[in-house]
Amino acid sequence: MESLLYLDGVTVSFDGFKALNGLSLVLQPGEMRAVIGPNGAGKTTMMDVITGKTRPQSGTVLFDGGTDLTKLRENDIATLGIGRKFQRPTVFEHLSVWDNLELALKAPRGPFSTLMWKAAAEHRARINEILAVIRLGDRRDRLAGGLSHGEKQWLEIGMLLAQEPRLLLVDEPVAGMTDAETEQTAALLRDVAETRSVVVVEHDMHFVRALGVKVTCLHEGSVLAEGSLDSVSANQQVIDVYLGR
Amino acid sequence: MRMVLPGGLDRSKLVLPILLLAAAVYVPVAVLLIPEGSPFALSVHSAGLFGKYLCYALLALALDLVWGYCGILSLGHGAFFALGGYAMGMYLMRQIGPRGVYGHPVLPDFMVFLNWQELPWYWYGFNHFPFAALMVLLVPGLLAFAFGWFAFRSRVTGVYLSIITQALTFALLLAFFRNDMGFGGNNGLTDFKEILGFELQAPGTRAALFAATALALALCYLLAAWVVSSKAGKVMTALRDAESRVRFLGYDVERYKLFAWTLSAMMAGLAGALYVPQVGIINPGEFAPAASIEAVIWVAVGGRGTLTGAVIGAVMVNFGKSWFTSAMPEFWLFALGGLFVLVTLYLPRGVLGLVSDLWSRAESHRRRRPDDVPQASP
Ligand SMILES: Nc1ncnc2c1ncn2[C@@H]1O[C@H](COP(=O)(O)OP(=O)(O)OP(=O)(O)O)[C@@H](O)[C@H]1O
Ligand SMILES: [Mg+2]
Repeated sequence: MESLLYLDGVTVSFDGFKALNGLSLVLQPGEMRAVIGPNGAGKTTMMDVITGKTRPQSGTVLFDGGTDLTKLRENDIATLGIGRKFQRPTVFEHLSVWDNLELALKAPRGPFSTLMWKAAAEHRARINEILAVIRLGDRRDRLAGGLSHGEKQWLEIGMLLAQEPRLLLVDEPVAGMTDAETEQTAALLRDVAETRSVVVVEHDMHFVRALGVKVTCLHEGSVLAEGSLDSVSANQQVIDVYLGR
Repeated sequence: MRMVLPGGLDRSKLVLPILLLAAAVYVPVAVLLIPEGSPFALSVHSAGLFGKYLCYALLALALDLVWGYCGILSLGHGAFFALGGYAMGMYLMRQIGPRGVYGHPVLPDFMVFLNWQELPWYWYGFNHFPFAALMVLLVPGLLAFAFGWFAFRSRVTGVYLSIITQALTFALLLAFFRNDMGFGGNNGLTDFKEILGFELQAPGTRAALFAATALALALCYLLAAWVVSSKAGKVMTALRDAESRVRFLGYDVERYKLFAWTLSAMMAGLAGALYVPQVGIINPGEFAPAASIEAVIWVAVGGRGTLTGAVIGAVMVNFGKSWFTSAMPEFWLFALGGLFVLVTLYLPRGVLGLVSDLWSRAESHRRRRPDDVPQASP
């Protein structure tokens, strides 16, 4: 089967410091992958490379068989179907919850299309559907800036759903969430992963266990171990640099 | 439920245009028909003054579109205003025809004075009003487009962008000061006689110019309100607050900025074009960086990101300026600076923000209606 995301030998250096060092990672269509690793391992940088925010010095980054992501701009990569949730929740604080979702909704992105845009019944239905999934139905007219931290995280996940991406990159989705919210988020991501590929970065091992998917452990910009959570967490090197601390 | 007009325009956005429309009717009547002694009468001079305020209001509106919604703090919007003004000034110069001091059939006085033999090519066509009117929009629009294309593509933002907008207007200031540019050097363009065949000093013409300005402001306000209430306007608000997040949603941020920036420059150009026949002169002083900074203060005072606030701020501050400069001219700059400091420290949302805070406080004293369903979507 053709891979959806293919990273090979990706190196990113900031003033000589290698944030990524020959990183390789392959993701199949429909696959969910958890990425773990100590602070500064390069997890966020990997997402920056995939989404066009950071250009690698060397290496290959291919999407959907042949598209070279290192040549494209952020917005073009996003319209290819790659959605991203940031480590710090970033929603549009001065827009309502509804408007946040409406902006994310899959629809033409040019200024003249959006100038003339009118939400059709199907769009409203889709937004309502997402509001139900992220449990923000009663908050839809509130400004997103007034939401709690956890609610912002969920709104951002809702925005990703609205984008209908083929690949979802989620950076620390449960940071700052309560245990109950963490469980709900794990369930939500498993649902999402039924129809698309997902890469989740997370430090919370309970959460990673709840996902129950293949795990990649990064360290100093390259892959230290890869496999089931049990095999990775039994790996001595992983214990030394990450889990054992 | 708030009433929503077609295109998502909120009904409250009609208040200002209706007031402007009323002014466009009232002022000409008060100037031309109401006898002088009546308390409702208005002098030609006041009509001209109000017309000038409305031109400033249009410039402020244009600025708010980019600053209040896209987060682009332009310190050079006066450049677009002045270019629109020069385009109109060139038309008015050509209207003088052979009635200049030197009586040359084609050349404006300053060209005769400089011993120019023929009209420079870029003055061609300005004897036709439709051509000049087109240039009023096109020249600022194209300059803004070119400037924005390079600045936004290279991702210049924040203070750096503000500084290069300031540099832009400063460069134009220096250029327009030069006699060999062919725009009248530091005297600029003046001594206008007629517009569209009507004598410029006639009360009827002055009244009509005021009405035209009020109408232009009303229309531009509606256009801007429509833009910012559309989904494109929400993209602009979003990119003002979290630009890179908007990119990762798949929006080409540069195209949105370029659109708002160019539209804004064209509005500023229109404001300048309406200003020149009412004040009777355009000179390089309009390019002065201080003029652009003053416009920023109007918007801040009125309340940024509201459109209405920009209009209110421009009128209020300029009203104050007229009063100050006749009562105690030497203090005006201090008053303006003090006002800016006060607003930044104590009224971050401007006068309009203060009013709406007071209003909602009064409102919360009353009992809230239980069926007060907020709206954002049907
Ligand atoms: N723009 C940048 N300039 C300089 N150094 C950077 C930049 N971005 C990241 N780094 C460095 O690269 C390394 C990898 O950072 P990255 O954010 O990818 O780590 P991470 O695995 O996401 O860590 P965390 O778990 O703390 O989020 C860090 O040492 C970081 O300081
Ligand atoms: Mg990180």
